[in-house]
Amino acid sequence: MKILVPVKQVAVLDEDFELRDDGKDVDVDFLDYELNEWDDFAWEAALQLQEQHGDVIEIVPMTVGPEEASDSLLKCLGKGGERAIRVWHESLQDSDPAVIARVIAKVAQREQADMVFAGTLASDHGYSQTGVSVAAELNWAKAAVVSKVNISPNASCIQVNRELEGGLEESIEVQCPAVLTIQLGINEPRYASLRGIKQAKAKPIEVLSHTDLGLQDSDVGIAGSRSRVRRMVMPAKGQAELIEGSVVEQAARLADIVKQLRGGV
Amino acid sequence: MNSILVIAEQRRGELMPSSLECIGAAVELKSSNNSTVIVAIIAANASEFVSQLSLEGVDEVITIVSPVAHFQADFSEAAALSLINDRQPSLVLAPHSVDAWGYIPALATTGNYGIASDVFAIRYEDGNLIATRAAYAEKLHQELEFPSYATTVLTVRGNTFKVIEQSGNPVVSDFAAPAVDLRTKHIEYIEPEGGGEVDITQAELMLSIGRGIAEEDNVEQFAELADNMGFTLGCSRPIADNGWLPKYRQVGQSGKTVANCQVYIAMGISGSVQHMAGMKHVANIIAVNTDPEASIFSIARYGVVADIFDIAEELETHFE
Ligand SMILES: Cc1cc2nc3c(=O)[nH]c(=O)nc-3n(C[C@H](O)[C@H](O)[C@H](O)COP(=O)(O)OP(=O)(O)OC[C@H]3O[C@@H](n4cnc5c(N)ncnc54)[C@H](O)[C@@H]3O)c2cc1C
Ligand SMILES: Nc1ncnc2c1ncn2[C@@H]1O[C@H](COP(=O)(O)O)[C@@H](O)[C@H]1O
Repeated sequence: MKILVPVKQVAVLDEDFELRDDGKDVDVDFLDYELNEWDDFAWEAALQLQEQHGDVIEIVPMTVGPEEASDSLLKCLGKGGERAIRVWHESLQDSDPAVIARVIAKVAQREQADMVFAGTLASDHGYSQTGVSVAAELNWAKAAVVSKVNISPNASCIQVNRELEGGLEESIEVQCPAVLTIQLGINEPRYASLRGIKQAKAKPIEVLSHTDLGLQDSDVGIAGSRSRVRRMVMPAKGQAELIEGSVVEQAARLADIVKQLRGGV
Repeated sequence: MNSILVIAEQRRGELMPSSLECIGAAVELKSSNNSTVIVAIIAANASEFVSQLSLEGVDEVITIVSPVAHFQADFSEAAALSLINDRQPSLVLAPHSVDAWGYIPALATTGNYGIASDVFAIRYEDGNLIATRAAYAEKLHQELEFPSYATTVLTVRGNTFKVIEQSGNPVVSDFAAPAVDLRTKHIEYIEPEGGGEVDITQAELMLSIGRGIAEEDNVEQFAELADNMGFTLGCSRPIADNGWLPKYRQVGQSGKTVANCQVYIAMGISGSVQHMAGMKHVANIIAVNTDPEASIFSIARYGVVADIFDIAEELETHFE
């Protein structure tokens, strides 16, 4: 049984940033990158299943992103797995989640994966779309916001918990093959050992383009997207009254405000 | 005639309030889009929701009877797909809810529709649909357009659009959805752990801590501060997920809404949509964060750009 785990290298804004000339995104010079938090949990879920069931389960991390996105794959490989896949070509630039899903689905087919564990959402743009779109591309069953997974290898169905609003959960049975989107808190992601990090560097990362996967230029990038960014805008500043001064002054003012407001309650 | 379709949601026999907000959004848009508003409800007992959905401005309510009592992704997707095929709406609105996350992206893929999630502003410019959503952890907004799609599906952020209070007199009809293979099956609901020492939904004064506290050992210091101030201690999700505070103290979408809170102090909390879902209604929000761009400041009444440890230490001297 093979589990494909798509991971995103999410962008984090620098404190000061500028938009790109076309105004549709932030200039990449002002972005830092890290592994999406949700994907750390998804990879851990896959690692734990492999530990539970042994080599009958193969787990493969993949990403759609440029060279630098390999860092996130290395982070995964530092904890386990034998190989990874990275898909990139400049025409994938500005792809929306629908396109990313199309690419992930092609990889799942090529790998003959039995399951896809995506993250519930990616912290940069919070689309929460990709995993469930992958399921549609593959015509597989799906369950979103999964907080517990129970799998026996080669069983025809699995049992998972979906996390609903307000802390309510729902336990459901899902037919395989399936896409799950994994929620925070499902496990405790491990840290990679120094040895693991070293070993990861020797593990192969296969690099593919969309055309290697049978996709055309018109299937990816802006052309293939189901939404198109018109422009990025700075949100209107809130009404917050900023409390300035030294820490002592700030705290004193804060204490006054709290005492005054508290009195009104 | 052009139409806007709202897909309403229910859970365990209760209409999800976010559905009413979607209806509000649709009715607000109908004149600029010169369209009718259709509201569909998918449920085993769909007809029971008709009166609640019959609001002023709604032209038609469509009941779709589900073969199962609980949300089922394959059925919702197939039902929505065939209804859209039948009515050809230019715009479809659904709440940005956990159930919607479970099938709406698949619906757009299968039906070949435009899509955007977690949208909080919708308008038409020269007849073109423009949806606004957040980007980069809420620090920027992106305006999206959907050229070349006859139908676009948007999931709508909660607590954004006004609910319509007046009832109306829509046409009511029934729509038969096609039979499909249901690949998931409901087993049971698992209730959130009840009890706990406090019910934060009742608290009027709250001090909540987030990932900014960095380590479990630091929780104690803020618990004491809250106590001395007469505030109830709350937290963001990572603190509960780590087991540093019990889940019943978590504020937000998957935690609790602090319905009675008058003063909410957020310390080391960035202000994710899911956290704000439980507290952004509070009249007096005070945020302390080292990042001046943290989105929590956008809803705060008072903002302090500072280290929470420094502020906490100083505050202690004022509340002994
Ligand atoms: C379906 C779903 C449901 C969810 N439900 C909830 C929910 O109910 N409640 C919830 O909270 N989250 C929920 N989340 C998670 C949410 O998306 C965020 O991950 C979470 O709210 C982040 O918590 P945080 O603000 O504490 O951490 P972060 O986003 O990591 O923010 C930490 C903040 O602390 C600041 N900081 C760091 N150090 C200091 C310091 N020394 N002094 C001052 N400031 C400092 C940083 O600048 C940063 O802004 C949910 C997510 C999903 C997908
Ligand atoms: N560029 C990408 N490469 C690989 N996986 C991705 C990518 N973007 C999104 N994903 C997956 O989709 C999930 C949800 O992302 P999103 O739909 O963008 O919120 C992530 O947690 C990943 O599992």
